[in-house]
Amino acid sequence: MSSSNQSLGTKTWRRAIILFVTIYLLLPIAAMLDFSTKSLSGKRGLTSWRAIFNQPDLIAAVGISLELALIVIALVFFLVVPTVVWVHLKLPKLRRPIELICLLPLAIPGIVLVVGIASIYRWISIHVTESPLMLAAVYSMLVLPYTYRSLSAALNSVDIHTLAEASRTLGASTYRMLFGVVFPTIRSGVMSGAVIAIALVLGEYTISSILNFSTMQVEISLIGQTDGFIAVAISLASLVFVFLLLVVIPTTVNRKNEVVEVEHS
Amino acid sequence: MSTHVRGSSAAVKLIGLEKSFGSVKALDGLTIEIGPGELVALLGPSGCGKTTALRALAGLQNLDRGQIFVDEKDVTYLAPNRRNMGMVFQAYSLFPHMSALENVEYGLTLKAHRTSSDKRSARGKELLDLVGLSTHAKHYPHQLSGGQQQRVALARALAISPQVLLLDEPLSALDAKVRTQLRDEIRRIQLEVGTTTLFVTHDQEEALGIADRVGVMRGGILEQIAIPAELYDRPVSAFVAEFVGLTNPIRGNVADGFIEILGLRVPTLPGSITSGTGVALVRPESLKVEATSEANGKVFSASFLGASCRLTIDLSEDGRVVAQVPSSDAASLGAGANVKVTFRSTPVFVKAPQ
Repeated sequence: MSSSNQSLGTKTWRRAIILFVTIYLLLPIAAMLDFSTKSLSGKRGLTSWRAIFNQPDLIAAVGISLELALIVIALVFFLVVPTVVWVHLKLPKLRRPIELICLLPLAIPGIVLVVGIASIYRWISIHVTESPLMLAAVYSMLVLPYTYRSLSAALNSVDIHTLAEASRTLGASTYRMLFGVVFPTIRSGVMSGAVIAIALVLGEYTISSILNFSTMQVEISLIGQTDGFIAVAISLASLVFVFLLLVVIPTTVNRKNEVVEVEHS
Repeated sequence: MSTHVRGSSAAVKLIGLEKSFGSVKALDGLTIEIGPGELVALLGPSGCGKTTALRALAGLQNLDRGQIFVDEKDVTYLAPNRRNMGMVFQAYSLFPHMSALENVEYGLTLKAHRTSSDKRSARGKELLDLVGLSTHAKHYPHQLSGGQQQRVALARALAISPQVLLLDEPLSALDAKVRTQLRDEIRRIQLEVGTTTLFVTHDQEEALGIADRVGVMRGGILEQIAIPAELYDRPVSAFVAEFVGLTNPIRGNVADGFIEILGLRVPTLPGSITSGTGVALVRPESLKVEATSEANGKVFSASFLGASCRLTIDLSEDGRVVAQVPSSDAASLGAGANVKVTFRSTPVFVKAPQ
């Protein structure tokens, strides 16, 4: 009797907390929606939202940010994942040093990082290319702590060493061992690392602004200096956009996998 | 069905295996021969090199020196994926993203053992059936108990019709009841399939209960390899005598291949010391206990084990010993009883006193 009372009590508490957090998170967004549908004349309308598409600089910047996200994801997939897996499987002694290195970007403030690499970027933009896509190099550094963490957590949650050895004794080549067993096993970790990387790249402002590259966030902030209504509309739109990406990517990946499993059986 | 399941059985020779990890010698010239279809258990305390030997046979461990032959073929430098050996690990090793059946079929999807998908799934089902899990084919590892996971792992290892089956303490993560059950089942399956098997364990009961021959290892070498009964009754060293089964150290004088203990002359085993004062290592069931007036000891405690009874007895001259007697004889031998302890005249191993 008392236990059901208690569980009823916890349930109420839980609901109250969830409600509070939801309001806390949604209130500013609702305010943004409210503000962005107003104009100086006080009339409601979608003028500011329509205006988003009349900002060629912004459209270009969104494109650049998306390309940067793709490049960073590619770097994560092709450099970070194999490195971390290899260190876990073959060079366990290097785990601590690699972990330390990967966590450094968290410890170094963005502004310090920028000052440090600004001169390199100046050199690159003079001698190599002015393309903003060069930002991918810094960004892939910035996302290291998060991608490393999620990968490492996925690798530690299973006995990856034994799984690898089991597949070897069953006749798997190194390639089949990695792609048939190791990567599928840590897929969730890779995905969450990738998702965090996307969110980080699409939301990054400090470094791109100081290095004078016009990415999505830089453009939004520029527009905000001239027209607050449009800026808020864009912010909200980008928020929704990133949110959709974060929701859509993992679910599509999972669904694909389900299809494969069905085909197998 | 058994004709389908029956695999190949190869003869295995490990010759002079040596391996050091830093200053620690894990293998120090280990030599073992395993006959076709034989199940050999390697038994020893942790760090004795038994797992290293098994991993070397699997190709998962490089050697400093030595050779490994499977059916007269030198496989010493062959990669693990080319050795055609099935292995069951101590840790749960099923691929978490595959169902039980997919796990079992995995080896057959690889180039080394590629099989058409019809044959593959037939073989997979057959092996799940063999380990008694045909109804769990679609379950994922996280939906299976520890014992079930190890069964699937065994089926997976056997699916590729390995020349040699390697079992690396496959039961040590399981609880006691499941352990004995699965142990017997491994033996049944091994006999049915007929695959040459190397089984590594630190549990003597497991080794003695399952193997054709048991090898006791210490410090990277084989101390003795023999059928279980011989290992138990005729140990060649004090280490083997003390590691396998319980022993009571009883002092006595040694001469001419005999030791005097408990007023009897008992023959000593080869390898024992040959003269002076020695310590006989006496099995609890080798002691005879009678309740008489000419007592030489007093029962300290008695514990009932079912068919037999274990008595702890304080001897007036030789200290405390443990005897194991049939329960039917133990009725009058409760705690405090005055008893006469003598010895069944079986040979004993005698070591030098420390």
